[in-house]
Amino acid sequence: MTRIGVVVFPGSNCDRDTLYALELAGAEAIPLWHEAADLGGVAAVVLPGGFAYGDYLRAGVIARFSPVMRSVAAFARDGGLVLGICNGFQVLAEAGLVPGALLRNRGLRFLGRDVQITPERLDTPFTRSVPDRHPLRMPIAHGEGCYYADEATLTRLETEGRVLFRYARPDGRPAWTGDDAANPNGSLRGIAGVLNEAGNVAGLMPHPERAAEAILGSDDGMLLIRSLVESAAERAGSGGAVVVAAP
Amino acid sequence: MNDDRPQAPGDRRHDLRPEQSFRYAVNVMPKPGILDPQGRAVEQSLPHLGVEGVAAVRVGRRVELSVTAAEEPEARATVERLAAELLSNPLIEVHAIELLGAVAPLEAVR
Repeated sequence: MTRIGVVVFPGSNCDRDTLYALELAGAEAIPLWHEAADLGGVAAVVLPGGFAYGDYLRAGVIARFSPVMRSVAAFARDGGLVLGICNGFQVLAEAGLVPGALLRNRGLRFLGRDVQITPERLDTPFTRSVPDRHPLRMPIAHGEGCYYADEATLTRLETEGRVLFRYARPDGRPAWTGDDAANPNGSLRGIAGVLNEAGNVAGLMPHPERAAEAILGSDDGMLLIRSLVESAAERAGSGGAVVVAAP
Repeated sequence: MNDDRPQAPGDRRHDLRPEQSFRYAVNVMPKPGILDPQGRAVEQSLPHLGVEGVAAVRVGRRVELSVTAAEEPEARATVERLAAELLSNPLIEVHAIELLGAVAPLEAVR
């Protein structure tokens, strides 16, 4: 069984849901305590949602300096699969493992509601089980989710195929900044999730683990969880790093 | 961070000079051009106070801290590093360091 680790920071609050969703997808999911540098031989790491270290100073910044994150950074450098969800995305951005930053929501309010996101790529370790580019429905729950990067970085992300998800309007088209109904935090170019340069680290603001079963209102998130588990299983089998080429 | 790194500014392991305590403020502001919804919210509240002629409100963060070092430049180097790596995110924020004062010897402030 493929072992996947879920990091538990003080203040993480989606770690149990994430462990549950990974188990549901057939993984052996284990918690990784923030003070432990040993990743326990996992084939992939998930940084879950929550408020790591109380979100003090800036969301994600203090978590970045924790012992477990040094190991996660080294794991990522070696090609290991890392997925950051919500607060986990903020941690990855602060650590420089994915580009950009997550700013305070445009409307200043904490947002807890369903959104639609469109996968821009179906050939990544995080989206391989998604059948097509139809919008996926899952919740957001954040105060700082407005994706920001400078113009040059945004353009580079687009040309290199590293925009993984965009917020989508009901008709499936991208929700640009100012479309407050479909892109409620004001993310630039509608970006809801990105990939690092090598394609083995991804972050997204919406919560796939909260949309992992039909009883939760949507099981679209399970497509992402299953993608990660399958990719991790493949890696654990081959022992090689997964590298995603640009389209 | 890494233990094998060259001695960083502020590392006082091998320094026998008398130490002083320097007090700094690090002022962190959103970069020009970055949307600052907090500043905008403050600005939009001004008419309710009957205040006119106030514009370009930006909300930042101020962190004050004391650093012990033999000389001020050494202490400032430590603050510079903290400001750039922890207290601000250079992608979205700028910082300015302000020396508030020095107290010597260190024991005097305890």
